[in-house]
Formats: sequence, C-alpha cells, structure tokens
Amino acid sequence: MIARGIMHRGSALWIAAMVHRLSGLALAIFLPLHFLALGLAIDGEAKLERFLRWTDQPLVKFAEGGLVFLLTVHLLGGLRVLVIENFDWRDSQKQLATIAAAISAIIAFIFLARVF
Amino acid sequence: MLADLSVSLWRGGKDGRYETYRVPRRESQTVLDVVTFVQRHIDPTLSYRFACRVGVCGSCAMTVNGKPRWTCRTHVAKVADSGHLEIGPLENLPVIKDLATDMEPFFEKWQKAQGVFAPSKTRHDEIEQIRPDSPARRLADAAIECINCGVCYAACDTVRWNQDYFGPAALTRAWTLLNDERDAGGTARLQAVAGAGGCHACHSHQSCQELCPQALNPTAAIAGLKRRTTAAYLKGEIKA
Amino acid sequence: MNVRLYVWQRATAAVMAPLVLLHIAVIFYATRKGMTAADILSRTQGSIIWATYYGLFVAAASIHASIGVRNVLTEWSPLTDRRAGLFAVAFGLLLAVIGARAVFAVVLP
Repeated sequence: MIARGIMHRGSALWIAAMVHRLSGLALAIFLPLHFLALGLAIDGEAKLERFLRWTDQPLVKFAEGGLVFLLTVHLLGGLRVLVIENFDWRDSQKQLATIAAAISAIIAFIFLARVF
Repeated sequence: MLADLSVSLWRGGKDGRYETYRVPRRESQTVLDVVTFVQRHIDPTLSYRFACRVGVCGSCAMTVNGKPRWTCRTHVAKVADSGHLEIGPLENLPVIKDLATDMEPFFEKWQKAQGVFAPSKTRHDEIEQIRPDSPARRLADAAIECINCGVCYAACDTVRWNQDYFGPAALTRAWTLLNDERDAGGTARLQAVAGAGGCHACHSHQSCQELCPQALNPTAAIAGLKRRTTAAYLKGEIKA
Repeated sequence: MNVRLYVWQRATAAVMAPLVLLHIAVIFYATRKGMTAADILSRTQGSIIWATYYGLFVAAASIHASIGVRNVLTEWSPLTDRRAGLFAVAFGLLLAVIGARAVFAVVLP
C-alpha cells in the first residue's frame, strides 16, 4: 500500500522463500514441455533422436544448465521448509539458506562444464 | 549542533499522501519523539497512537522506512541514514487516519484462530500443578509474551497476499493455548487452525520472527501447529 | 491451503527428494556420455524398474505441482479460491496424462 522499499524483504530467508516459489513456477511451466519431448519416442526413436540433437546447440545446453539450477535450488529450498516445519529451530538457518543456493549454482555449473 | 531531519508522514486515509516536515534533531531522539514534535509544534491535526513511550505496550507501532517497528524503541540515529525518515501506518490493516490503523481485523482473526483460553475447571476443582520446566510449558512460555502490537501482522507477506490468513500473532497464541495444560480448547482449536487461513498458509518467510520486538518466533510456533494438525488429521481427529 | 492439501504437498515433496537426486545423477550421466535416443531407449524399454521409478515420479510431480500452482494462484492472481482450485486440478490432470504418456513412450518395449 504505502511505504516504499520494504527492508525486511531483503533478508536471506525471505529471498530463499521467493526463489523457492519462482523456481517451482518455472519448473511447472517447463514440465509439460519435458513430457511432450519425451513422448516423441512413442513413435519410435527417430523423432526423439532429432530432438536430442537439436538440444546439442549451445544456447539450449545453457538453458538446460538453468533448468538444473532451478531443480536443485527448488529441491534444497523444499528441504529447508521440511526442516523448519519438522525439526528444532536452528540459528544458523540464514547461512544454510545461502549455502543451499551456492550448492545449486555449483551443480548447475558442473553440468554446464561437462556439456560444453 | 545536529542538522534538521526531513520527515515524511502519511496523512489522510487510504487515498492520502505523504507530507514532509522539518524536525530539529536531538540526542537520543526516537521516532516517536519526532512524530510527537510534529503534532505538538507543527501540525496539531496529525493523528497517531502511543501509550507507555517505553517499549512495553506496543501501541506505537508504525512503518518506519519500510519496516514495521515500535517507534518509541527506534532511535532516529539508527534509521535516518540519509537524514530522511518516511513514516506510515502499519501495513495490512485499514487506515483510520494518518498513522493510526484499525486493529479490528487483527483481533477478529485472533478470535477465528480460537486464541482464547477455554476453561476446564471451576473454582471448586483442584488447581493443576504446572511445572515450569515441563516440555509443554516451555513451549508455551517461549511464545506467550505477545502484546498484540501488530508488527508481525504488518510484516507478513502471506497476510498481504491471502485475506483469509490469520497471521502470525493469532496462530502463536493458539499454539500457546494448545500447550497449556489447563486449557480445554483441544481438537476444536486444532480444527480452527487447520482450514483456509490457518497455519498451513504460512510459507516460513520468517519476517515475523525477524521483526518481533519481543523476540518471539511465530514461524516456529506455526511449525508446531503444522505438526499437531497433521498428526490429528492423519488420526482422523480433525477434517480438512 | 488446508491440512489435507498440506499433507499431500509435503508428502509428495518428501517422496520426490530422493527421486530428484537420482534424476540429477541420470541427467549428468546421460549428457556426459552424449547418449543418443537409441542409447537411452535401449536402457529404458521393457524395464520394470524405470517404469516404476518414472511412474511414481510423474504421479508425485503432478500432485505437487498442482497444489503449488494453486497456492500461487490464490495468492498472486485475482482468481477466487474455487477457480484457482479448478485450474490447478486441470493442470495436475494434464501433467499426469502427458507424463504417463511420456513414461509409456520410453518404457514400452
């Protein structure tokens, strides 16, 4: 409504929750496309093979790296929620949230390094 | 000699606007001092709330440079970095006028979450012995010092996005009562916090825990409610 | 959100945690080896294990994504709770149907 620049929204835990939600949305949009691509195999391997070779393009591989990041960050964010809701409170949560994001980025980077 | 402070205050109702005033700086000045100065020396039509002035009542909560805080416990030196302050009424609540909000929705949700003690005995019954170090009492004590200031409610994004959501304070009170041996609210209270607007709407953003001036942890209390309601649901004691 | 949706959301999340870890491992393996469609299908076709794994994954993901989308719609869109719920169910069914089709496509011998 009124006040600008809501400060507490910059906290690591708030960002973690927002990244979790946005990555989930992105994955939800991606998933039907993923299923349709795999469904190409229903008529034999030729169509799927053509599609897989299309994904060899650097831009697509880069996008795939992004997807790996989204999947990993959503998984780790979800684990964060499950831990908060089911185990005792930990003071080191902020650091853990940041580490989780870093791990996701590293895994996505390794993926990219291997495919290029 | 400290320079003057430039202060923007919300004036009017929902469709109001910010108006700027110049206020002399003083040593150890609080944001409440600033608001009071404006009302006494510049514009007597300014409406705002306060009571104790010393950080025990929670009446003076306002949005200061984007964060909901107790203005009597907020030193100007800590928040006015660029010599400017922006003060508005608490968010997520209807504005009555200027810096005063209508707390009724906050308390209505308190009732909906059954944050009300349900007695189980009369004066003729024996008094329970409540051990202060029993696990349930520890949980209740950790969450009991809420004075209904509304800061957590104003800070919560889920309250902002979801009109049904009871909010951190109401749910925290429900949690303390669930852990109170004397209370007879039991399953009915669990059912009340298990529906739309209940504890499951919480996304654990934890703005409430970060900003509570009493250092309470509503996220943890709500997590406790999630566990209890889940167990009760799986056992068939409550319905969806 | 209520307790029933919450339980389904958290339960499918817990089920998927190990499935996702395995899936990431599979992704790394398949992309590193530069597998062709023939390479992949020769491993998955006729396999009960892959059928079970991916079948479970599709079921859990359909439910989990559907409830997640419902939450986002009720909080971030002007849709009523009821409409958001209907849209979410439709989305979940869509995922389940094309997901099952994808599983069949890769495991049917």
